Order: sequence, then structure tokens, then C-alpha cells
Amino acid sequence: MASEPLREVRGTACVLRGDDIDTDRIIPARFLRCVVFDGLGKHAFEDDRLQAKGDHALDDERFAGAAILIVGRNFGCGSSREHAPQALMRCGFRAFVGASFAEIFAGNCLALGLPCVTLAPADLGKLMDSVSLDPSQTLIVGLEGRSVAYRGGRLAASLPDGTRGQLLEGTWNATAVLLEAGERIEQTERRLPYGNSWSRPA
Amino acid sequence: MRELPSGDTQLFIGLHLIHEVTSPQAFAMLREMGLPVRFPGRTFATVDHIIPTQSQRRPLRDSLAEEMLVALERSCAEHGIRLFDPESGQQGIVHVIGPELGLTQPGTTIACGDSHTSTHGAFGAVAFGIGTSQVRDVLATQCLALPRPRVRRIEVTGKLSAGVYAKDVILAIIRQLGVHGGVGYAYEYAGPLIEAMTLEERLTVCNMSIEGGARCGYVNPDEATIAYLAGRPFAPQGEDFERAAANWRAIASDPGAAVADHVEIAGGSLAPSVTWGINPGQSVGVDERLPKPALDTTGQRASLEEAYSFMGLVPGEPIAGTKIDVAFIGSCTNGRISDLREAARVARSGRVAPHVRALVVPGSQAVARQAVAEGLDEVFRAAGFEWREAGCSMCLAMNPDKLVGREMCASSSNRNFKGRQGSPTGRTLLMSPAMVAAAALRGRVADVREIL
Repeated sequence: MASEPLREVRGTACVLRGDDIDTDRIIPARFLRCVVFDGLGKHAFEDDRLQAKGDHALDDERFAGAAILIVGRNFGCGSSREHAPQALMRCGFRAFVGASFAEIFAGNCLALGLPCVTLAPADLGKLMDSVSLDPSQTLIVGLEGRSVAYRGGRLAASLPDGTRGQLLEGTWNATAVLLEAGERIEQTERRLPYGNSWSRPA
Repeated sequence: MRELPSGDTQLFIGLHLIHEVTSPQAFAMLREMGLPVRFPGRTFATVDHIIPTQSQRRPLRDSLAEEMLVALERSCAEHGIRLFDPESGQQGIVHVIGPELGLTQPGTTIACGDSHTSTHGAFGAVAFGIGTSQVRDVLATQCLALPRPRVRRIEVTGKLSAGVYAKDVILAIIRQLGVHGGVGYAYEYAGPLIEAMTLEERLTVCNMSIEGGARCGYVNPDEATIAYLAGRPFAPQGEDFERAAANWRAIASDPGAAVADHVEIAGGSLAPSVTWGINPGQSVGVDERLPKPALDTTGQRASLEEAYSFMGLVPGEPIAGTKIDVAFIGSCTNGRISDLREAARVARSGRVAPHVRALVVPGSQAVARQAVAEGLDEVFRAAGFEWREAGCSMCLAMNPDKLVGREMCASSSNRNFKGRQGSPTGRTLLMSPAMVAAAALRGRVADVREIL
């Protein structure tokens, strides 16, 4: 699993309106009965799309091939299922732009190298309107300068320092970085005042 | 443990809990990387999400579920991880068994591939949900890379009146602060009402922190916490316990400690809560009428209208009297013995309405044994409830317990998201277990205070 430095994500975008879209909607629980993540892409938003009868952003041909998903507030709330960003990644999304993201969702995205950047509400509205009018425009989600560039200019975006650092350094696949602590992990473990007898059956 | 170059903190995870849904891919990644489990003694496994509650007999009838359970069994055997499976007598919902086994202790750092890990904060632990890649990180390193959260202290004053429960407190908090209000925060619950709560009540409150957007819930450990842990199988024993208890008393945060935000909630005036919409913030008191989107001043009009169109309810109407088809008592929010006792008090007063399918699902095998010892299973059966085996059941639709079509379910679980209970068009009304029992008897949403 390569963990490459990421400076920007460039591509067309898809506008998905609505606040508090939870991970049960992104990937309904019945698709979690699996031991691999492959094949989740085709089930992203399955129930929402069926109920919208074709009138869903992910079925809108104008947004086909989008690499960036533009969303509202508290996107990805609810269940911690990594299946949600895994499914969206398998639909081709490489970055998310929104008003805010649920923390576990954003953490799962980071572990996959997918940035979640936030915009001020007014800027997000402008971006959504612009992309809805002209879905063919290329957006650039810039991590170094924390910005989203679109036809109308460059918008200041927010991205937590630690997230930005891990993406720019290419350390978002955290296992290797955490392992660098080496013996200090064992030293910490021995100092803990609890759990040292747990390996003995109770 | 240390600051990382990215600015995040490397945090050692003292207790790692896993279940069958979010761990198989993590073990596969570990295998791919050729890494062992660093501290197998600090990870514990159970099976809860996919386990059928009518019969836990193997092989499970659903072959996908069986495959997940087999994968978990193999991974646990290969890496020397203790698995609380149905045969152990200690199986149950991961957030019910952690506290009941005494694994959840004050001051521990706890991670689990499950958003309701916030539950364990009720013991003064720092506990939060993670995704599968992070489960891999914990298995491989027993550590996570995380930013530090800000703390919002939520002080709940007053005393709960009869028929009003911990569930109503957390639903009121989420209604006031919003389902997004806790993003970036850990919620610390404090104040006289929280201090007077039992540990099981605190578990219910912390459980739904995540529904308020907060990844962690937390309550300072106190004498009630210590008393709860005494004698539990994985808690320290004898002199070790006394030493541990002294540590636990010392880690409580200072009431004057600086926090990023502070909120006060008057608990004395709370009524039983019922959600009417498609997120847990959309609730009203059982004696209230449903809000009118046209009068909304919070910018939520579109969300409210979406909720009404999905739920088929009418703005301005009372929530009491809403007809239900299904009643579900259980889940990591409200599947503990005290929840079943309260629901049974209500069940004793009547029979489940003829048109209602009603389930009672204990949160763990230990809860089930205790309930049977107290005769609660008989109380429920006599009233027309189905008495089931331990599991997540109808909270989340990964096992045979599901809504059908547009069924309306009075549920003691934690999420009323569209499709959450297994039917894409199924509808959920969240409330306390006693309120669910009341709704089951009346066949409609009813004020439990009229029955108790």
C-alpha cells in the first residue's frame, strides 16, 4: 500500500446537496456483510439513488467522471464504517470539499489519502452554483496553500495541520510512521497501570 | 506518546476492541504487510452485528455472515486474540461487554472500529471509534495518529422526573446542540444530574455523543465507577484494586479545568423525548407538537422538509398517537439490565397491541442471564414481546432483524437515519426503552408517565 505525497487533487466535480448525510446512506449496512472492500463502488448511495429514480447527483451524466465530491455540512456522520470512503473512492472520488465533515469519516479518508477540505458557507455556495452551471470545469484542491481553485477564482479552504502534514509528507498510511517509534511503544506499554494481566485468562 | 512531524499525536491504545464487521480487512492488510499483532493481550473480540438473535446456531444461515464470523475466528486464533463468541457465555454487543467484563476502566485509552465506542467514556476512559485502516494501525502498533480534541463541558442540572431517562437527556442535548454541534469536540458530561446517574445511565448518555457529532463522550470517574468495577473479571483484584481505585480517583478532571466551551442543560424540566425525523437531532418532547418548517429560523428548512417527506408525518400535529408497527428494545444504547427492568415495569401493565411486532434483545449473554434470573423474560413473553438472544439486532440491519417496507418502529436504539433498520423506506422513532414498551402496548406513541 503505497503512501505517496499528495500536493493537490485536480479534476471535475460532482455537487451533492444536503446536510448531515450519514454513512448508512453512503453505503447501506447490508453491503457491509463482506470481508473485502472490492465491489463496494457500485453500491454507493444505492438506496438514495433508487428512491431518487435517476435524479441523484451520482446518476447525473453531467457529473460523470468527477474526481471531487462537493457536499454540505457534517458529511459522513454516523457509523465509523470505512466502507463509506472506500465505496466513494471506488466511484472515482479523490477529494471531498464541504462545509464540514464528521471526524471519523475524515480520519478514514485520510487513511486512504483522500483529503476532506472545508470552505466557508458562502464560498461553498458559490462553488456549488458554479459547478452546477458548468460541470466541465476543472477544480484544483490545493493542499499546500489550502485552497480550492475554480472558474471563479481561488477560495481559501481549511484543512487540519496534522492531516495536511500527513498528505504532503506522504505519511497518511500511518502504520509505517507509528512503527518508527520502535521500542518506545513497548516502554509505554510497560508503564501503563492497567491491562498487564489481561493476557492471562480470567 | 510523542508528537509526530505532521503535528498529530501518537497515542498508545491501552484497550482495543474488535468485531466481525470492521476487522476482516484490517487483518488482511496486516497479512499483506507481513506484520504481527503487536500486543494480542490488549485486543478483545466479539461478534455482535451479524449474529442472528433467534438462533445463534452454526453455521449461520446467512452464508455471508458465517464467512465474516469464520474470518474473525481464524484471525483471532492466528494472532492469539481472545474472542468472546456465543459459546463463551460472554458474547454480546462490544460496548455492553467491555464495561460488564471490567475491561473498560478509568484512564484507559480505548479504540474500536465502531462509532459507538464513545460509550466507554462513561467510565472516565478516552474512547473513540475508528475505521478499518486505523484498526490495522492499532493491531500493528497499538498506536494511532490523531489530533487533540477540544473539550466541551455539558453541565446537566436538576433531577430527572419519573418516566424520564438518560436517553431523554442525551436526545435533549443533541436537539439543543445539533447533530453537527460536537464536530471537533469531546463531550464531557458533568453536573449534579450526571453525578447522580448510575454507570449504566452514563453509558447511555456517552453512547450517543457521536450522534451529536462528538467522537468521544466522557464522565469523570467517581465512587460509583469504582463500585461498579469491583469484582469484575478483568478489573484488578484485591490489593491491586485498591491501588487502581486510588489512581482512578486521582485522574478526575478538576471542575475548574479550562475547557473550550461550556453548556448548561436544565434536566429537571425534561419530558420523555421522541425523534420524529431522519437524524437524532430531530426530536420533540412526547407532549409537544411537531415543528413547522415554514417557521424555521435556523436554516434547516430543507432538512426538515426532507424529513417530513420521508417520515410521512404532518407538521404541527402531536407526536403522541403516531401509529407504530414494530417495537424494538435493545442495542448498545439501551440493551443493559436496567433498561430491560424499566421496560418490563411497563410491560407488566398490559399486552402488546395486536398489530405490533415487539422484540426485546438483551445487549449481552450476561444481561440475558440476569434478566432470566429476575423473570423479566417471562414478563415480556406474557405481554406478547419476543424474547431474543444477544446482539445488535434491529439497530442496524446486518442480521435477520429488519423492518419491512414503510414500517414505523418505536426503537430504543441510537439512529433514525433513512434505511437504518433494514428497509430503505422503513421509519424509526427513537425513544427510551420504557417509552418503546409503552408504544408497544398502546400501538401508538404514548407518554410512559401515564402508565408508570
